[in-house]
Amino acid sequence: MSDLNEQHILSYGKLALVFGCLLVLTAVTITVSRIDLGAANIWAAILIAATKGSLVLLFFMHVKYEGPVIRYSFLATLLSLAILISFIFWDVSFR
Amino acid sequence: MTAPETDKTGIKIGMWLFLYTEIMLFGGLFILYAVYYAKYTTDFISAGKELDTTFGAANTVILLFSSFLVAASITALRKRTTGLSIALVLGAVACGLAFLVNKYFEWGHKIGLGIYPNSPNLVEGEPGRNIFFGLYYTITALHGLHIIIGLTLLIIAAIMIRKGRTTADNDSLLDNSGLYWHLVDLVWIFVFPLFYLIL
Repeated sequence: MSDLNEQHILSYGKLALVFGCLLVLTAVTITVSRIDLGAANIWAAILIAATKGSLVLLFFMHVKYEGPVIRYSFLATLLSLAILISFIFWDVSFR
Repeated sequence: MTAPETDKTGIKIGMWLFLYTEIMLFGGLFILYAVYYAKYTTDFISAGKELDTTFGAANTVILLFSSFLVAASITALRKRTTGLSIALVLGAVACGLAFLVNKYFEWGHKIGLGIYPNSPNLVEGEPGRNIFFGLYYTITALHGLHIIIGLTLLIIAAIMIRKGRTTADNDSLLDNSGLYWHLVDLVWIFVFPLFYLIL
Protein backbone atom coordinates (compact mmCIF):
# COMPACT_ATOMS: atom_id res chain seq x y z
CA MET A 1 0.00 0.00 0.00
CA SER A 2 2.79 2.45 -0.81
CA ASP A 3 0.91 4.41 -3.43
CA LEU A 4 -2.49 5.52 -2.17
CA ASN A 5 -3.88 5.80 -5.68
CA GLU A 6 -2.75 2.32 -6.57
CA GLN A 7 -5.58 0.06 -7.68
CA HIS A 8 -6.18 -3.42 -6.53
CA ILE A 9 -7.64 -5.71 -9.16
CA LEU A 10 -9.57 -8.65 -7.79
CA SER A 11 -9.64 -11.66 -10.10
CA TYR A 12 -12.95 -12.94 -11.44
CA GLY A 13 -12.23 -16.28 -9.81
CA LYS A 14 -11.89 -14.74 -6.38
CA LEU A 15 -15.08 -12.71 -6.82
CA ALA A 16 -16.95 -15.83 -7.97
CA LEU A 17 -15.65 -17.68 -4.92
CA VAL A 18 -16.97 -14.94 -2.64
CA PHE A 19 -20.32 -15.05 -4.45
CA GLY A 20 -20.38 -18.86 -3.99
CA CYS A 21 -19.73 -18.49 -0.26
CA LEU A 22 -22.54 -15.94 -0.03
CA LEU A 23 -24.94 -18.37 -1.72
CA VAL A 24 -23.92 -21.20 0.59
CA LEU A 25 -24.42 -18.97 3.64
CA THR A 26 -27.86 -17.97 2.34
CA ALA A 27 -28.80 -21.66 2.10
CA VAL A 28 -27.39 -22.24 5.60
CA THR A 29 -29.36 -19.40 7.14
CA ILE A 30 -32.61 -20.64 5.56
CA THR A 31 -31.95 -24.21 6.75
CA VAL A 32 -31.05 -23.11 10.29
CA SER A 33 -34.18 -20.95 10.49
CA ARG A 34 -36.32 -24.08 9.99
CA ILE A 35 -34.82 -25.85 12.99
CA ASP A 36 -36.29 -24.74 16.30
CA LEU A 37 -33.40 -23.58 18.46
CA GLY A 38 -35.40 -21.17 20.59
CA ALA A 39 -33.64 -17.88 21.24
CA ALA A 40 -30.53 -19.21 19.47
CA ASN A 41 -32.33 -18.86 16.11
CA ILE A 42 -32.16 -15.09 16.10
CA TRP A 43 -28.49 -15.13 17.13
CA ALA A 44 -27.67 -17.65 14.42
CA ALA A 45 -29.46 -15.48 11.85
CA ILE A 46 -27.56 -12.36 12.95
CA LEU A 47 -24.24 -14.19 13.07
CA ILE A 48 -24.65 -15.58 9.53
CA ALA A 49 -25.83 -12.19 8.24
CA ALA A 50 -22.78 -10.55 9.83
CA THR A 51 -20.51 -13.11 8.15
CA LYS A 52 -22.14 -12.45 4.78
CA GLY A 53 -21.90 -8.71 5.36
CA SER A 54 -18.21 -9.04 6.17
CA LEU A 55 -17.58 -10.92 2.92
CA VAL A 56 -19.35 -8.19 0.92
CA LEU A 57 -17.43 -5.45 2.75
CA LEU A 58 -14.01 -7.07 2.61
CA PHE A 59 -14.03 -8.26 -0.98
CA PHE A 60 -16.82 -6.65 -3.03
CA MET A 61 -16.25 -3.30 -1.33
CA HIS A 62 -12.45 -3.78 -1.21
CA VAL A 63 -12.14 -2.85 2.48
CA LYS A 64 -9.50 -5.57 2.85
CA TYR A 65 -7.29 -3.66 0.42
CA GLU A 66 -7.96 -0.12 1.65
CA GLY A 67 -5.58 2.06 3.58
CA PRO A 68 -5.84 2.85 7.30
CA VAL A 69 -8.16 5.87 6.86
CA ILE A 70 -11.07 3.87 5.47
CA ARG A 71 -10.37 0.83 7.64
CA TYR A 72 -10.33 2.66 10.94
CA SER A 73 -13.11 5.09 10.11
CA PHE A 74 -15.26 2.09 9.17
CA LEU A 75 -14.48 0.40 12.47
CA ALA A 76 -15.28 3.68 14.26
CA THR A 77 -18.69 3.68 12.56
CA LEU A 78 -19.37 0.13 13.74
CA LEU A 79 -18.26 1.10 17.24
CA SER A 80 -20.63 4.10 17.22
CA LEU A 81 -23.47 1.84 16.13
CA ALA A 82 -22.55 -0.68 18.85
CA ILE A 83 -22.56 2.07 21.49
CA LEU A 84 -25.94 3.29 20.23
CA ILE A 85 -27.36 -0.24 20.36
CA SER A 86 -25.98 -1.02 23.83
CA PHE A 87 -27.15 2.24 25.40
CA ILE A 88 -30.63 1.87 23.96
CA PHE A 89 -30.89 -1.70 25.22
CA TRP A 90 -29.51 -0.65 28.59
CA ASP A 91 -32.23 1.98 28.77
CA VAL A 92 -35.02 -0.31 27.53
CA SER A 93 -34.16 -3.26 29.78
CA PHE A 94 -33.86 -1.31 33.05
CA ARG A 95 -36.90 0.90 32.77
CA MET B 1 -3.58 11.19 -19.61
CA THR B 2 -2.76 14.87 -19.53
CA ALA B 3 -5.81 15.68 -17.44
CA PRO B 4 -5.07 17.10 -13.97
CA GLU B 5 -4.34 14.47 -11.38
CA THR B 6 -7.54 13.50 -9.56
CA ASP B 7 -7.45 12.66 -5.88
CA LYS B 8 -9.04 9.24 -6.12
CA THR B 9 -8.37 8.46 -2.48
CA GLY B 10 -10.13 11.66 -1.43
CA ILE B 11 -13.11 10.82 -3.63
CA LYS B 12 -13.30 7.37 -2.13
CA ILE B 13 -13.06 8.60 1.47
CA GLY B 14 -15.86 11.07 0.73
CA MET B 15 -18.04 8.22 -0.54
CA TRP B 16 -17.29 6.13 2.54
CA LEU B 17 -18.22 9.03 4.86
CA PHE B 18 -21.58 9.12 3.11
CA LEU B 19 -21.93 5.34 3.44
CA TYR B 20 -21.33 5.65 7.20
CA THR B 21 -24.38 7.90 7.47
CA GLU B 22 -26.34 5.26 5.55
CA ILE B 23 -25.16 2.59 7.98
CA MET B 24 -26.36 4.71 10.90
CA LEU B 25 -29.68 5.36 9.14
CA PHE B 26 -30.47 1.68 8.58
CA GLY B 27 -28.79 0.80 11.87
CA GLY B 28 -31.28 3.01 13.68
CA LEU B 29 -34.18 1.23 12.01
CA PHE B 30 -32.74 -2.15 12.94
CA ILE B 31 -32.45 -1.00 16.56
CA LEU B 32 -36.14 -0.11 16.44
CA TYR B 33 -36.78 -3.60 15.12
CA ALA B 34 -34.68 -5.17 17.88
CA VAL B 35 -36.39 -3.27 20.69
CA TYR B 36 -39.86 -4.19 19.44
CA TYR B 37 -38.76 -7.76 18.80
CA ALA B 38 -37.74 -7.98 22.45
CA LYS B 39 -41.11 -6.58 23.50
CA TYR B 40 -43.42 -8.47 21.12
CA THR B 41 -41.41 -11.61 20.34
CA THR B 42 -44.35 -13.95 19.75
CA ASP B 43 -46.23 -11.45 17.57
CA PHE B 44 -43.10 -10.85 15.48
CA ILE B 45 -42.52 -14.57 15.02
CA SER B 46 -46.08 -15.27 13.89
CA ALA B 47 -46.12 -12.19 11.62
CA GLY B 48 -42.78 -13.21 10.09
CA LYS B 49 -44.36 -16.50 9.03
CA GLU B 50 -46.83 -14.53 6.90
CA LEU B 51 -44.00 -13.33 4.66
CA ASP B 52 -43.09 -15.58 1.75
CA THR B 53 -39.57 -16.98 2.27
CA THR B 54 -39.34 -17.96 -1.40
CA PHE B 55 -39.76 -14.34 -2.51
CA GLY B 56 -37.26 -13.18 0.08
CA ALA B 57 -34.72 -15.86 -0.83
CA ALA B 58 -35.11 -15.17 -4.58
CA ASN B 59 -34.49 -11.48 -4.00
CA THR B 60 -31.48 -12.28 -1.82
CA VAL B 61 -29.89 -14.37 -4.56
CA ILE B 62 -30.71 -11.72 -7.19
CA LEU B 63 -29.06 -8.96 -5.15
CA LEU B 64 -26.01 -11.05 -4.26
CA PHE B 65 -25.55 -11.89 -7.94
CA SER B 66 -25.91 -8.24 -8.94
CA SER B 67 -23.28 -7.30 -6.36
CA PHE B 68 -20.97 -9.89 -7.85
CA LEU B 69 -21.59 -8.46 -11.35
CA VAL B 70 -20.78 -4.92 -10.18
CA ALA B 71 -17.59 -6.05 -8.47
CA ALA B 72 -16.64 -7.94 -11.66
CA SER B 73 -17.38 -4.86 -13.79
CA ILE B 74 -14.75 -2.91 -11.84
CA THR B 75 -12.24 -5.69 -12.45
CA ALA B 76 -13.17 -5.64 -16.16
CA LEU B 77 -12.75 -1.85 -16.37
CA ARG B 78 -9.35 -1.97 -14.68
CA LYS B 79 -8.31 -4.72 -17.09
CA ARG B 80 -9.37 -2.32 -19.86
CA THR B 81 -12.05 -4.61 -21.26
CA THR B 82 -14.59 -1.80 -21.54
CA GLY B 83 -17.30 -3.72 -23.40
CA LEU B 84 -17.33 -6.47 -20.82
CA SER B 85 -17.45 -3.90 -18.03
CA ILE B 86 -20.54 -2.23 -19.53
CA ALA B 87 -22.22 -5.60 -20.05
CA LEU B 88 -21.61 -6.54 -16.41
CA VAL B 89 -23.01 -3.22 -15.15
CA LEU B 90 -26.09 -3.66 -17.33
CA GLY B 91 -26.46 -7.20 -16.01
CA ALA B 92 -26.52 -5.79 -12.48
CA VAL B 93 -29.12 -3.23 -13.57
CA ALA B 94 -31.28 -6.06 -14.92
CA CYS B 95 -30.98 -7.83 -11.57
CA GLY B 96 -31.99 -4.66 -9.72
CA LEU B 97 -35.06 -4.32 -11.93
CA ALA B 98 -35.96 -7.97 -11.33
CA PHE B 99 -35.69 -7.28 -7.59
CA LEU B 100 -38.13 -4.39 -7.90
CA VAL B 101 -40.58 -6.46 -9.96
CA ASN B 102 -40.49 -9.17 -7.28
CA LYS B 103 -41.04 -6.54 -4.60
CA TYR B 104 -43.99 -5.15 -6.56
CA PHE B 105 -45.70 -8.53 -6.64
CA GLU B 106 -44.86 -9.20 -3.01
CA TRP B 107 -46.24 -5.90 -1.78
CA GLY B 108 -49.23 -6.19 -4.12
CA HIS B 109 -50.07 -9.59 -2.67
CA LYS B 110 -49.83 -8.30 0.91
CA ILE B 111 -51.89 -5.20 0.14
CA GLY B 112 -54.48 -7.48 -1.53
CA LEU B 113 -54.71 -9.37 1.77
CA GLY B 114 -55.46 -6.10 3.56
CA ILE B 115 -52.00 -5.84 5.10
CA TYR B 116 -50.72 -2.31 4.55
CA PRO B 117 -49.88 0.57 6.88
CA ASN B 118 -52.94 1.77 8.83
CA SER B 119 -55.15 -0.95 7.30
CA PRO B 120 -58.08 -2.06 9.52
CA ASN B 121 -56.64 -5.58 9.43
CA LEU B 122 -53.43 -4.41 11.13
CA VAL B 123 -54.84 -1.67 13.36
CA GLU B 124 -57.44 -3.97 14.92
CA GLY B 125 -55.06 -6.92 15.25
CA GLU B 126 -52.23 -7.60 17.66
CA PRO B 127 -50.08 -4.48 18.29
CA GLY B 128 -46.88 -6.46 17.71
CA ARG B 129 -48.12 -7.62 14.30
CA ASN B 130 -48.98 -4.04 13.36
CA ILE B 131 -45.49 -2.87 14.37
CA PHE B 132 -43.85 -5.76 12.51
CA PHE B 133 -45.56 -4.89 9.24
CA GLY B 134 -45.06 -1.17 9.86
CA LEU B 135 -41.32 -1.78 10.11
CA TYR B 136 -41.47 -4.16 7.15
CA TYR B 137 -43.00 -1.50 4.91
CA THR B 138 -40.78 1.30 6.21
CA ILE B 139 -37.52 -0.60 5.84
CA THR B 140 -38.32 -2.29 2.51
CA ALA B 141 -39.61 1.02 1.08
CA LEU B 142 -36.47 2.87 2.14
CA HIS B 143 -34.40 0.00 0.79
CA GLY B 144 -36.39 0.04 -2.47
CA LEU B 145 -35.70 3.75 -2.80
CA HIS B 146 -32.01 2.98 -2.42
CA ILE B 147 -32.30 0.34 -5.16
CA ILE B 148 -33.81 2.95 -7.51
CA ILE B 149 -31.03 5.45 -6.70
CA GLY B 150 -28.40 2.72 -7.09
CA LEU B 151 -29.83 1.68 -10.46
CA THR B 152 -29.73 5.31 -11.63
CA LEU B 153 -26.08 5.59 -10.59
CA LEU B 154 -25.17 2.32 -12.31
CA ILE B 155 -26.89 3.39 -15.55
CA ILE B 156 -25.03 6.73 -15.46
CA ALA B 157 -21.77 4.86 -14.86
CA ALA B 158 -22.46 2.57 -17.84
CA ILE B 159 -23.13 5.59 -20.07
CA MET B 160 -19.94 7.29 -18.88
CA ILE B 161 -17.88 4.17 -19.58
CA ARG B 162 -19.44 4.03 -23.05
CA LYS B 163 -18.55 7.70 -23.62
CA GLY B 164 -14.99 7.06 -22.50
CA ARG B 165 -15.29 9.44 -19.55
CA THR B 166 -15.03 6.70 -16.96
CA THR B 167 -11.91 4.67 -17.71
CA ALA B 168 -9.41 2.36 -16.07
CA ASP B 169 -7.44 5.41 -14.90
CA ASN B 170 -10.47 7.42 -13.91
CA ASP B 171 -12.84 4.86 -12.47
CA SER B 172 -14.20 6.69 -9.41
CA LEU B 173 -17.74 6.98 -10.77
CA LEU B 174 -18.07 3.23 -11.30
CA ASP B 175 -16.21 2.51 -8.08
CA ASN B 176 -18.46 4.74 -5.96
CA SER B 177 -21.68 3.62 -7.67
CA GLY B 178 -20.52 0.08 -6.98
CA LEU B 179 -19.90 0.87 -3.32
CA TYR B 180 -23.41 2.29 -3.05
CA TRP B 181 -24.85 -0.80 -4.71
CA HIS B 182 -22.97 -3.12 -2.36
CA LEU B 183 -24.31 -1.16 0.61
CA VAL B 184 -27.84 -1.74 -0.66
CA ASP B 185 -26.99 -5.44 -0.86
CA LEU B 186 -25.50 -5.31 2.64
CA VAL B 187 -28.73 -3.88 4.08
CA TRP B 188 -30.76 -6.60 2.39
CA ILE B 189 -28.48 -9.27 3.89
CA PHE B 190 -29.86 -8.17 7.29
CA VAL B 191 -33.43 -7.50 6.15
CA PHE B 192 -33.87 -11.01 4.79
CA PRO B 193 -33.27 -13.07 7.97
CA LEU B 194 -34.89 -10.53 10.30
CA PHE B 195 -38.17 -10.29 8.42
CA TYR B 196 -38.49 -13.51 6.43
CA LEU B 197 -36.73 -16.10 8.53
CA ILE B 198 -37.39 -15.41 12.19
CA LEU B 199 -38.78 -18.50 13.85
